[in-house]
Amino acid sequence: MPSWPAETKYISHSTARVDGAAKVTGKARYSSDIQATGWLYGMILRSKWPAAKITDINLEKALKVPGIRAAVLARGKEFTVRYYGEEIAAVAGTSKQACLDALRAIEVTAQPLPFVVNEADAKKADAPRVWENSPNYKEPNARDRGDVNTAFGQCAAVIEGFYSTPVQIHNPMETMGNTISWTDDGLTAWSSTQGISSVRDGLAGSLKLEHSKVRVITEYMGGGFGAKFGSGVEGALAANLSREAKAPVRLMLTRFDQALAVGNRPSSFQKIKLGAAADGTLLAFEMDNYGTAGIGGGGDAGGGGGGADIPAPYLYKVANSRVKQSAVAVNAGSARAFRAPGNPPASYGIESAMDDLAVKLGMDPVEFRLKNDPSKIRQREYALGVEKFGWKQKYQKPGSSPGVVKTGIGCAGAAWPAGGASKNTHGEAQINPDGTIEFRLGVQDIGTGTRTVIAVVAAEMLGLKPEQITVKVGDTRFPPGPGSGGSTTCPSISPTVFDICTKALQQLQTQTGIADARGENWFAACKKLGVNSLTVPGQWIEGLSSNPAGGVQFAEVEVDTETGLVTVKKILGVHDCGLIVNQLTLESQINGGIIMGMGYALYEERVMDDLSGVMLNPNFETYKLPGIADVPDIEVVLINMPERGVIGIGEPATVPTAGAIANAIANAIGVRVSSLPITPAKILAALGKVPPATA
Amino acid sequence: MKNPEPENFGAHSRRTFLKSLGTVAATAATAQVKSVADGLEKVNAEKVVGPDAVAVTLNVNGEKLKLMLEPRVTLLDALRNYSSLTGAKEGCDRASCGACTVLINDAPVYACQKLAVEAQGVEITTVEGLAQDGKLSKVQAAFVEKDALQCGYCTPGFVMSVTALLKKNFHPTAADVKHACAGNLCRCGAHPHILQAALKAAGVEHTSKTEIVNYA
Repeated sequence: MPSWPAETKYISHSTARVDGAAKVTGKARYSSDIQATGWLYGMILRSKWPAAKITDINLEKALKVPGIRAAVLARGKEFTVRYYGEEIAAVAGTSKQACLDALRAIEVTAQPLPFVVNEADAKKADAPRVWENSPNYKEPNARDRGDVNTAFGQCAAVIEGFYSTPVQIHNPMETMGNTISWTDDGLTAWSSTQGISSVRDGLAGSLKLEHSKVRVITEYMGGGFGAKFGSGVEGALAANLSREAKAPVRLMLTRFDQALAVGNRPSSFQKIKLGAAADGTLLAFEMDNYGTAGIGGGGDAGGGGGGADIPAPYLYKVANSRVKQSAVAVNAGSARAFRAPGNPPASYGIESAMDDLAVKLGMDPVEFRLKNDPSKIRQREYALGVEKFGWKQKYQKPGSSPGVVKTGIGCAGAAWPAGGASKNTHGEAQINPDGTIEFRLGVQDIGTGTRTVIAVVAAEMLGLKPEQITVKVGDTRFPPGPGSGGSTTCPSISPTVFDICTKALQQLQTQTGIADARGENWFAACKKLGVNSLTVPGQWIEGLSSNPAGGVQFAEVEVDTETGLVTVKKILGVHDCGLIVNQLTLESQINGGIIMGMGYALYEERVMDDLSGVMLNPNFETYKLPGIADVPDIEVVLINMPERGVIGIGEPATVPTAGAIANAIANAIGVRVSSLPITPAKILAALGKVPPATA
Repeated sequence: MKNPEPENFGAHSRRTFLKSLGTVAATAATAQVKSVADGLEKVNAEKVVGPDAVAVTLNVNGEKLKLMLEPRVTLLDALRNYSSLTGAKEGCDRASCGACTVLINDAPVYACQKLAVEAQGVEITTVEGLAQDGKLSKVQAAFVEKDALQCGYCTPGFVMSVTALLKKNFHPTAADVKHACAGNLCRCGAHPHILQAALKAAGVEHTSKTEIVNYA
């Protein structure tokens, strides 16, 4: 069995991002920066109706707009649109301004249809149907374990709550899109994607092209968070425009497009009943949950992982449980995978219920969790966190903080049971006689530091410095690797690079006779290669990575009970991810997960207008993201477990934040706000200072 | 303190505002307001540009950039679509994300909110113009060292906002940095490291609070 070196110079230390300089100087070319020779600008016309039968589309006037070179239909001239923002047609021209003019010149004839965008309304039997042939909502089957009814009768304390979470929008800073050049020789797509292989397959499939005729390049991309695995409608439209105009077309979505049509995290409405014995042992759990995945209607519609189901009772071992879950379709854009699909809403729901039950039992919330969480690692993390955070000194009974501005603390746990590695990860290294070495892997960097991880592992294995390693990723011509999802990239590529390096050293020994080509012998060994470079393939090997990962987080908040304003003062994250590969970029990922979780807790929500069926906040003015002034003091404790090998961290870091903040707010004000985002209006309503908003 | 003259106040003087009104709106307005009519007359006496492309000269990073642009083309589109300077990023195209931040005479400006024709005769600095002779600026070097970025798409905007801050305030506090970056959004959540990097560029070192605990 292979194993990671025990003494390390780079692994588990901090190396600055190898492509950092390219990113801070503007030299890094993102997909939206590509300027292929003779490129045209592309834009999409979207449905202004939440539901309508399109009967005719006339592109003639658009084609006459000066500068316009092509106009194509998304799905023919007659079809049904089912949400505000669905694609209708697209144009390509010599400027953005020409495209804007052309979109206005497209004539669409349509008969508006009844629609429904609110989850509760959509559930009703007489609601307009999103899909003609199936109801929006089907009563779910119950999954039973043990005897829940009898068990509730034996509980010393039982709580019932209704916890809800909104639809969250990915909103990567770079929108989705591509520059595509499609000629008789084949198609090249410079794609803003987290999965070059899946985009290659998607384009080949929708355009009926051989895989060998499609090349996808992603040198740099501006964030994805789960939305950017597929080629999407916008990919096919850009390709068709390029074919039609006989020129490369850059079609990046607008911020407005991004919010409507390319994925989101489903909402959840969790009716939870939870009961425990007097000593705190959980005895019974019952949940009835539904949420919307938009027109996707649940399951894995819209790109995988986009279903509305959530894991329950999540982290906790409960002998008796009944879980009912279903999705409800509404006239809105489909869900897609979103950073730890299902887990943030699951954590928020069950962790809120846990705190409510702890209060009823008169138990400390951490003690209550330790009693019921079967994970040994999380037990250790809670113990470390309690000390570091000063939990025992800071904890006060709910609502007992004096004054107008009340303080509170809370905690929550995370699991990321998926993850692990992709066994089909390949790569190669080209070693040149002058000692330069280039690694090529068909993965892409979503922003987590993929190139840096490859350079760090290679430098460690070969006795070189990370800056001596050239890393090329983001091209389907390289040996294939996985999409950047499921926290799998680092555990997939690290063992692959290990394998390549091991084989390279063996081969150098065979060819040059130098027994150990590492470090100071490197250049002498390479020189002995003569005139020919050496190319060494490798692949993922067993024993150097594992899963799952977990963690716990603690939050401290201040709540102004006169304005309802929440200020998060501090977050402590205690996380495990096996062998730490690069501490600096790991810390960045955990910070990022926490801040995204904070947005989910306090600010983010897709707002639909029931009467018009329109999304009201497809922008950054009214869909609020955390800004630098909102970000609290964040401290991170990493549990180092090199014996477990490499484990991904991207997803678990964002899972528990919302639950921890929600619990801290409840601890501060003494009442539960059981719906995210926890806005000032909801806090004032919970305190009885203003009437609750009516749905 | 003297109030600024209305004619010269801010980016939009009354003259440029009237110039930017469409003919239809202007016609409707003249029917109602005599002062507007007088203003229009004055404007029409000058050369009205557009809607066709006009010659535009931009001073970017110390070099002259000569372009033919429709007057409605923004500075951001001029840089990204009509030159190879794609460092300023488009994140929203409506003044809410700050990814397009550039410096105009050392002040941070959203390039998506400035027409290219209005950006003539001023010194424009983009992220490409910061490094000198291949050497990163202090701010850029600190961003790399502190890992003040992940995907990096918002990074040029943050780098420009912090650069502008340090040009007028050599010893910023954390609150000053937060204020200076209030107009920049980052979805990866690089904020804590951005704060550390900005302070580091001003000579204040913050060591990481991250603690590593061995499980075994």
